Amino acid sequence: MKKLITIMILMMSLEALAVIETYEFETKQQEQLYTEIIHELRCPKCQNQTIAESNAGLSEDLRYIVYQKVSDGTSKRDILAYMQERYGDFVLYDPPVKPSNYFLWFAPLAVFLVILIAVLLKVGRRKVTTEQSESEEE
Amino acid sequence: MIPEIGNFLLIMAFINAIFLGTLSFVGAHTEHDGLMRFSKRASLSIFVLILASFVCLTLSFINNDFSVAYVANHSNTQLPLHYRISAVWGAHEGSLLLWVLILTGWMAAVAIFSKSLPRPLVTRVLGVMGFIAVGFIAFTLFTSNPFERVFPFIPIDGSDLNPLLQDFGLIVHPPMLYMGYVGFSVVFAFAIAGLLQGDLDNKWARWSRPWTTVAWIFMSLGIALGSWWAYYELGWGGWWFWDPVENASFMPWLAGTALIHSLAATEKRGVFKSWTALLAILTFSLSLLGTFLVRSGVLTSVHSFANDPVRGRFILVFLGIVVGASLLIYAIQSSKIRSKSNFGLFSRETALLFNNALLAVVTFMVLLGTLHPLIQEAFTGGKSSVGPPYFNLMFTIFMVPILILMPIGQQISWKQEPIKPLLAKYWLWAISSVLLALAVVIIMGGIEQMALVGTTLGLWVLAGCAKYIFGQTAKSDSFVKGLKKISRSYWGMLVAHLGVAVTVLGVVLTSYFSIEENIKIRQGQTVQVEDLSVEFYDFKNTEGPNYISSAGSFRIYSNDELITDLHPEKRKYNASKMVMTEADIDAGLFRDIYVVMGEPLNDGAWAISVYYKPFVRWIWLGSIFMALGGLLAISDKRYRQRRRDKKKEKKAQSTKSKAEGHTSEAGNE
Repeated sequence: MKKLITIMILMMSLEALAVIETYEFETKQQEQLYTEIIHELRCPKCQNQTIAESNAGLSEDLRYIVYQKVSDGTSKRDILAYMQERYGDFVLYDPPVKPSNYFLWFAPLAVFLVILIAVLLKVGRRKVTTEQSESEEE
Repeated sequence: MIPEIGNFLLIMAFINAIFLGTLSFVGAHTEHDGLMRFSKRASLSIFVLILASFVCLTLSFINNDFSVAYVANHSNTQLPLHYRISAVWGAHEGSLLLWVLILTGWMAAVAIFSKSLPRPLVTRVLGVMGFIAVGFIAFTLFTSNPFERVFPFIPIDGSDLNPLLQDFGLIVHPPMLYMGYVGFSVVFAFAIAGLLQGDLDNKWARWSRPWTTVAWIFMSLGIALGSWWAYYELGWGGWWFWDPVENASFMPWLAGTALIHSLAATEKRGVFKSWTALLAILTFSLSLLGTFLVRSGVLTSVHSFANDPVRGRFILVFLGIVVGASLLIYAIQSSKIRSKSNFGLFSRETALLFNNALLAVVTFMVLLGTLHPLIQEAFTGGKSSVGPPYFNLMFTIFMVPILILMPIGQQISWKQEPIKPLLAKYWLWAISSVLLALAVVIIMGGIEQMALVGTTLGLWVLAGCAKYIFGQTAKSDSFVKGLKKISRSYWGMLVAHLGVAVTVLGVVLTSYFSIEENIKIRQGQTVQVEDLSVEFYDFKNTEGPNYISSAGSFRIYSNDELITDLHPEKRKYNASKMVMTEADIDAGLFRDIYVVMGEPLNDGAWAISVYYKPFVRWIWLGSIFMALGGLLAISDKRYRQRRRDKKKEKKAQSTKSKAEGHTSEAGNE
């Protein structure tokens, strides 16, 4: 029985979980870089997963490519550019700062600055009245 | 028979809700006594009907009635009883029924606990909630009926409940989250009712506050539970992924947090009335938007429900009606709302204004990041992604000022306070936060700039709470007397802010000082992972109720001292053939050790992941503090005294505030 179960387990479909690989790196920095990069790349054919989390065959291949390139000493920028060239902006979880993404990157800050200036101008100029004669304004 | 009864009850509730959602407004407008009484009774009866209908669906699950399509698709005879019950809300149709149940539950609660409120107002509130119930019950009945039968070919056994969801986390996470999502409908209804009356006075804010806080408590706990569940169940050691579905729950939470703060200002000082009303509308609209995002399939996500374009269209139209109508009402009526605004630049009002501005911008940022790929695809056709790198960076940019301002904002007086003497009192606290943070970071493993900044901010918020407490007790004869003087709602705020500090520290320290390593290990072997040695000493195959499992046993040593013994598993579920990892975690207040089974490698060794996660528990501990803070705030005296004679209350308050001066103003907050 035990053997049978073991065989069944070995034949398990590995669909629901990320595959754990044990790549060996020369330096700690390379390993960190590898981990960083695979967490920023989106699996091109999965739902919403990084290639680090996904177990699709394609992600496995992409992880291997990243591993090789990191081991060769390729920079993070070049690796991301390589991926972007093949799979488009879709693979980049970190959206590049370019005209079509300006709104995404700068709108929140712009909105905040507008509010900040408005508040400082409006409240900063105001004179506070004493207890009894509270003025009513919108 | 039972499913038909359930369906019938649902239809009855639908009809009742239609009456409630229309007649209430007539009743409130004409102040017709019978109609106003009707709206209360209808609210209660709708709740009872939905509850009974929900029980019918639960019974179908317990009885393994596979002639019901929903049961057949999400349950199985092998599934243990408690999972058969929680499977009721394990997928779209049933979770929608749970949503409706909770909505009508809130409605019934409003009907019961509002005896002291003006009746036309309550009637309008119930009317608005009834209208929302109409939409959601119709959605359930016409697009996602959980009682639909599969005739004539009844399956002998069901397919399974998704194994990811066969877990304690699932039993509690969705109901908690829905309590929050739907709970914001109460303050939304109050805002609409107030706007319809053209009057949002301080009392309006006072009535809305406890409801908002309760919803916010549930939401905080719900989100934390989801995060905790993802952490131990998904086996990646991650606790937040900025997934669209997570964002969908995070946006109403952020807006709700802003709302709690602006309600405080509106109640205490009569300021920001229209903004508060708008924020109430936006918060619930974001809840509805979240529902749309999760259930329509417009966004791809790991845990969105199976989706269907008809459903998406239905919710989109409903969302459009609710948001459109409420913004229209706001646009027409908000000019009638008069706010006071007698405060200077350095005042608590301004501090709360900044809190709101920052939280609103963060909410906007999350919304933008979530929808941007969708908008871009619609306009240019190109596919793009926005993920954690964007959200983490932007979130940090706006969290820094929030955390810097928090300790000052909670102490500054209403109306106006000279800023220089106030800030002068903070220097010592600020310097100690930096030094202590430096010490913490060095002990944790090295000076990492951002980790130092984050730790400093967390400690700074902590220092702010301590400073307030010491400041208050110093004025009293003894420490304990001073503590007693701080009011419950002020304690609530302190504890909630303490929770923020705890969460911030947890997030920062885990993010910068975690160790994550994948190793190859053979049975009997010991492998070194940084300072830990991992010994793989046993391997077993076992059978569970509806799965077979292979479990490894690992001893973890630090300096030859045994710390823990872990047994991670890999399970294969019989019905769905899905494979799941069950990580084993040695949890501690200061660190977790987390081991996951990977794959057997060809030479008999296994690939496993070992994580060392310092302070990871603090992330969720913080949310427990936040929720506790909310509880303290709603247990404040002034909510319990509500039914007392109004004169008495007024008198007591005015003498109290005269006696205590500034302290009670702050204390009552």
